[in-house]
Amino acid sequence: MPRSVAPWEVERKLIVKTEEETDPRYGCNPEERPAQEYIKFGVINLDKPAGPTSHEVAAWVKRILNIQNVGHGGTLEA
Amino acid sequence: MTGVLPITLEESRKIVQALLLSGKEYVCIMKLHGDTPEERVRAVLKEFEDIIYQRPPLRASVKRQLRTRRIYYIDFIEMDGRNVLFKVGCEGGTYIRMLCHHIGEVLGCGAHMQELRRTRAGPFVEEEGIVTLHDVAYWFMEWQKDKDNTVLKRFIQPMEKALALVPKIYIRDSAVDAVCHGARLTAPGVVSLETGISSGSMVAILTLKGEAVALARAEASTEEILNMEHGVVARTKRVLMPKGTYPKGWRSGEV
Repeated sequence: MPRSVAPWEVERKLIVKTEEETDPRYGCNPEERPAQEYIKFGVINLDKPAGPTSHEVAAWVKRILNIQNVGHGGTLEA
Repeated sequence: MTGVLPITLEESRKIVQALLLSGKEYVCIMKLHGDTPEERVRAVLKEFEDIIYQRPPLRASVKRQLRTRRIYYIDFIEMDGRNVLFKVGCEGGTYIRMLCHHIGEVLGCGAHMQELRRTRAGPFVEEEGIVTLHDVAYWFMEWQKDKDNTVLKRFIQPMEKALALVPKIYIRDSAVDAVCHGARLTAPGVVSLETGISSGSMVAILTLKGEAVALARAEASTEEILNMEHGVVARTKRVLMPKGTYPKGWRSGEV
């Protein structure tokens, strides 16, 4: 079997179909969101410690940041 | 087990689906149950660079049905006695503990997973922007002192980062709110798009400012979309942006 290409090894190019401008009055570049919005639409690349479950770690983050909802992307066993 | 565990906050939980499906990479120490020559171990690891069958373990939270997962690569790093260190790139949902067990069976001596660290989950890698729970607690406290946004950026990334590996379609301001309401994306709304989109594949719909609008299923390929003047380009699956962020760009109720 030849080594297959992992999704992160795929290179994509952007192709422009039409020229168009965006109105600065609406929305916001993700990097420049106001603090509350930045947190609300944010993701943490967390280094899970050994011991607690992924679920417990997510619950700790929820408590530290004092927010309503957290989730995690793919269980990593305790 | 340690390593990359992306945590989604509030609204960004909507992209969990994309993360679960994304590929993973691990470094693993596998313990062999008998002495085996290195060449033999290397050869057997190579055999597993393929589509493999796995049945979820007893205590798994998913249906215990035989399923297939693709192993993109297994790179042997080193071996010390019966400990084998390797790196594996695989589809989301691959059980590495089971992979080690199966490698042991093919080797004949048996083997088990000794230690595991996840080095990648989709676009998130351990070399870039990774933080510990202590970092999160510390930087959040620092941020609360003077609400300096650059401090927030030290441990939180925009949810758009999670979509880095999903092919993207950028749309006009006037098409944004319709998609936020769950409408399908049609050709006139498309401004630019990435290569590699095929009919049926998952795409991310973004604004020209780079904000995520929705996850969708493409109805045509990149080449087809470029030549389309009308018709459905993608079906909206998961709306990520709140309605009303952009003005309503369509007419309703008028003759």
